[in-house]
Amino acid sequence: ITNYSVQRQHFSFPSIFIYGHTSSGKTYVMQTLLSTLQLPHVFVNCVEYFTSRLLLEEILIKLQSCSGTEQTSPVRCDSLNDFVRLFKQAVASQELQDQTLYIVLDRAEQLREMEANILPAFLRLQELTDTNVTVVLLSEIVWELFRPNTGCFEPFTIYFPDYSIGHLQKILTQNHPPEYSADFYAAYINILLGVFYMVCRDLKELRHLAALNFAKYCEPVVRGEANERDTRKLWKNIEPHLKKAMQTVYLREISSSQWERLQHDGGEPGQLKGLSAHTHVELPYYSKFLLIAAYLASYNPVRTDKRFFLKHHGKIRKTNFMKKHEKTSNHLLGPKPFPLDRLLAILYSIVDERVAPTANIFSQITSLVTLQLLSMVGQNDQLDGPRYKCTVSLDFIRAVAR
Amino acid sequence: FFLSLLAEGMSWFRDRFSKAHIKKNKYKMLLTYIYECSLCLQKIQEDLNKQLLENLVGFLSRSHSDFQEKTTEWTCRMKFREIPTAALVLGVNVTDHDLTFRGLSGILQDNITPYVALLEAKDCPGIKNLMQKLMGQLMKCDIDVDSLEDEDCVQVSQNRIRCSMSSLISWYESVKKKTDSETPSKKRNSSSRHWQSPPVVVIFKDMESFTTKVLQDFIVISSQHIHELPLVLIFGIATSPMIIHRLLPHSVSSLLCIELFQSLSCKEHLSTIIDKLLLTSQFPFKVGEKVLQVLINIFLYHDFSVQNFIKGFQLCIVEHFYSQPLSVLCCQLVDTKKRACSLSHDQCENIRKLQVLSWLKRLKEETVKLLEDLHVYHENYVLILRCLHVFTSSLPKYPLGKQIRELHCACLENRVWETEEYESSLQLARMLNKTDLVTMLQQCVEILMSSSGKEFDKTSEKLKEFLTQFQNLEAEASQEQDMSVLSQKELQKKTDLYHLQKTLLELKESRRSKKLTKFEMLRFEVVDYIDSLVRKYLIPADDRTLHEVVYFNTASVLREHLNAAPRTALHTALNNPHWYLKNQALKCDGGGISNKAPDICIAYKLHLECGRLINLVDWLEAFSTVVMAAEEPNADAASSDQVDDTIHARFIRAISELELLGFIKPSKQKTDHVARLTWGGC
Repeated sequence: ITNYSVQRQHFSFPSIFIYGHTSSGKTYVMQTLLSTLQLPHVFVNCVEYFTSRLLLEEILIKLQSCSGTEQTSPVRCDSLNDFVRLFKQAVASQELQDQTLYIVLDRAEQLREMEANILPAFLRLQELTDTNVTVVLLSEIVWELFRPNTGCFEPFTIYFPDYSIGHLQKILTQNHPPEYSADFYAAYINILLGVFYMVCRDLKELRHLAALNFAKYCEPVVRGEANERDTRKLWKNIEPHLKKAMQTVYLREISSSQWERLQHDGGEPGQLKGLSAHTHVELPYYSKFLLIAAYLASYNPVRTDKRFFLKHHGKIRKTNFMKKHEKTSNHLLGPKPFPLDRLLAILYSIVDERVAPTANIFSQITSLVTLQLLSMVGQNDQLDGPRYKCTVSLDFIRAVAR
Repeated sequence: FFLSLLAEGMSWFRDRFSKAHIKKNKYKMLLTYIYECSLCLQKIQEDLNKQLLENLVGFLSRSHSDFQEKTTEWTCRMKFREIPTAALVLGVNVTDHDLTFRGLSGILQDNITPYVALLEAKDCPGIKNLMQKLMGQLMKCDIDVDSLEDEDCVQVSQNRIRCSMSSLISWYESVKKKTDSETPSKKRNSSSRHWQSPPVVVIFKDMESFTTKVLQDFIVISSQHIHELPLVLIFGIATSPMIIHRLLPHSVSSLLCIELFQSLSCKEHLSTIIDKLLLTSQFPFKVGEKVLQVLINIFLYHDFSVQNFIKGFQLCIVEHFYSQPLSVLCCQLVDTKKRACSLSHDQCENIRKLQVLSWLKRLKEETVKLLEDLHVYHENYVLILRCLHVFTSSLPKYPLGKQIRELHCACLENRVWETEEYESSLQLARMLNKTDLVTMLQQCVEILMSSSGKEFDKTSEKLKEFLTQFQNLEAEASQEQDMSVLSQKELQKKTDLYHLQKTLLELKESRRSKKLTKFEMLRFEVVDYIDSLVRKYLIPADDRTLHEVVYFNTASVLREHLNAAPRTALHTALNNPHWYLKNQALKCDGGGISNKAPDICIAYKLHLECGRLINLVDWLEAFSTVVMAAEEPNADAASSDQVDDTIHARFIRAISELELLGFIKPSKQKTDHVARLTWGGC
């Protein structure tokens, strides 16, 4: 990047596109580079400013406070046209004409969801504003997914490769706790990576996990059972603990504060049930049957209804009964939509006693939809016979049917 | 809240009352009665949610204090700062959640933070709307705190234009500064309730209905600013906490520090309400078996909603006071005399109709006495019911039900001791082991002692006697064991086979007849005694004189109001218009179609006979035949092949009405055909 901005007053490439996986250092490198070289820059996160207006206004506001610490005044910027005008004014008033100004847009993939003119305009902002400006786009996805159909200015692309295990280790070891030596911490990081590297390469997450479990690692040392170099003993102590952490706290089954408390009290992680353990949902009597009926309607073809739910359905020739494509499991194909009346017909046949079609039953169907156990297919007119899909899994329906 | 629920019902009720010219004081009575009930209910609900709310408050106060205290520590610096999140599992009774959330936000505002925002999915289809809603709620709550400064309001409205996180943060900073700069005396006052930098609590009321994108964006944005804005999220979950994993990918859920909180199940909630509202002598009004069954069935079969149960109960009260002339006497025991004295002649007549023998002179006194009896009966009934429940709830397979409400229904329905279930539960009770029996008896004694009346002094004495007998039995048993040990020693001495056999037989016999019979006999005695209590006190209320005063028994009215069947009603209206229109001419015999019925009814009846696809031309012909049937036959003959224009128009109107009602729709499969949307013919 420094190659492209040797001289401050020179015009540099209009737009740079930087991409790479999560936490491969894109944002951090950009930020450190710009602040250590003291280049004038504006840093904006596109997720946070979710509409184009907010985004443009934020850039202008940041620009005002870019060089000095003057009081910012509210700006109104409704369109890109306004932006270009105001941007020129701001640059002139801040006396930034003689050096390259950097606009960094983090999480740039959000730009695709704004108006169609935003992304192409940012790519050639230098040309549009006729000022010395470079737009840097940071993203986790490749440029090919950005390119609009109509074509646009091609930015200069830079790829940030993932950190290798060696890199990760170096980075993580760098900030070791002050009360322990770097070697001791490095050994710990080694063990940690040994367990977690297979599932997680996110630096932030790894650092978080390292901090969470370090106290447990130190335990034998603190109690005087082992010294700092007794790696084998320490490994024996921490390895099962880390494996448990991978199944619980890493998946956010239990929260990190709960995990810490458990560690502190020396309890077994088994006592605390994770989020997935609470799968049971208590439903009213008819809601259960409605859900079961919906499941049956979603996963059975209409032709079989007569056979399954009628007492005297007549004989069915077995050989021709299954069509070829139906031999694949219906559970692999996913739920199919069904009309309301079919649901009710199945309900009437699976409930032993007579069910009156009261308003309560219909409102139960609606409440199942709001609970996301059923989903409505096609938001068309209610009068036109609504169609539903059952969205629950086989395990769930088994638990309900029990 | 409870009162506001009633508001609609009350206005309707007032109208009916003013029309009926019923005495004002009855209406007043009803009002005070309902008010008392609502106060009681409110208290119950507060108590029920107490534990959950306390846990939540504890979590919230922990959540950000960690970071405030030890920001310098290494672990805290290294740890990723997650957003503290409470996953609040509330159960599927969505209608009740509103009340819980209202209580929750009230408590939070009192104890933790003034900044609480309640978000609903229907208000937040996009991240923009969510931010708008959030900022609106937060900034308004700030104005509420110090409404003196008018400039503030202006500033807020200006800020509102830019609804982004950064403006929210600057707002938070300014508010924090303001509270810091407040006068010390005022500050002390407020800091006792809130801290220096109170967290901002955002409650997502219905997590399931939020779209994934909105939630993800919001969490990503706020996690970037967690250092400046101490945010706490509360997810209101109706189904199971799995929904969090379903809605949020790992990259987003790793930004959260989720802890789980579970509310009391709605069935337990209902049990408490029934316990406190029905099984008590505090409120004179009672519901009969059928009515209670209707209410409980709606709860268990349809909605699990405690609020709806309470509404149904209120409807019972209103209906009772409206339809039962004797409800004037349904009041607290102390007022009975006064009320009875002021009875009018008609009302006395009503009472006389209910009682078999009575002289008009002494009627009032007798009524008072009967009502007092009824009150005593209730008190006794509830106590014995609880005692019986202690027994039945621990029997295998629960022949009389596990919950006290089931037992209550069974006792109200008819003489419980005549039922098969009661017989089998007595049999089972006769097989209970000693430890269970003793603990049950102790529980019963406790229940009976808790009553203020003297009625059960003797009974509890008797039960205590049983208990001591059991204890004696234990002592005896241990003695006997010593004996048997002795005899066994004796046994070892003897070597003669004949004697050995003899002694063994004797031992066996003595063990069976002596030791077990004593316990068994006592057990029989206890069960028989409980049985006698049941026969004496658990007489169904229908057998008591003047039960009509306090019991509401018309379940059919309630069912009509609460369990509406729109499809059936529509079918009845179209198929049998006489039912609603009460016009004699429309009364038709059998399945015939009267030509005097409204056009839509004729068209509907004709379409019932068709298959899934209906030919419009055939339908029109049939329609015109029916309509023309009454007119002169010669006119009919003249225009046999050509349908009259007016009839054609009437037909078109009728079928378009049917289409609007959702019975048919135009079909693309065949021309001139419509598709039936209801089944029947196919």
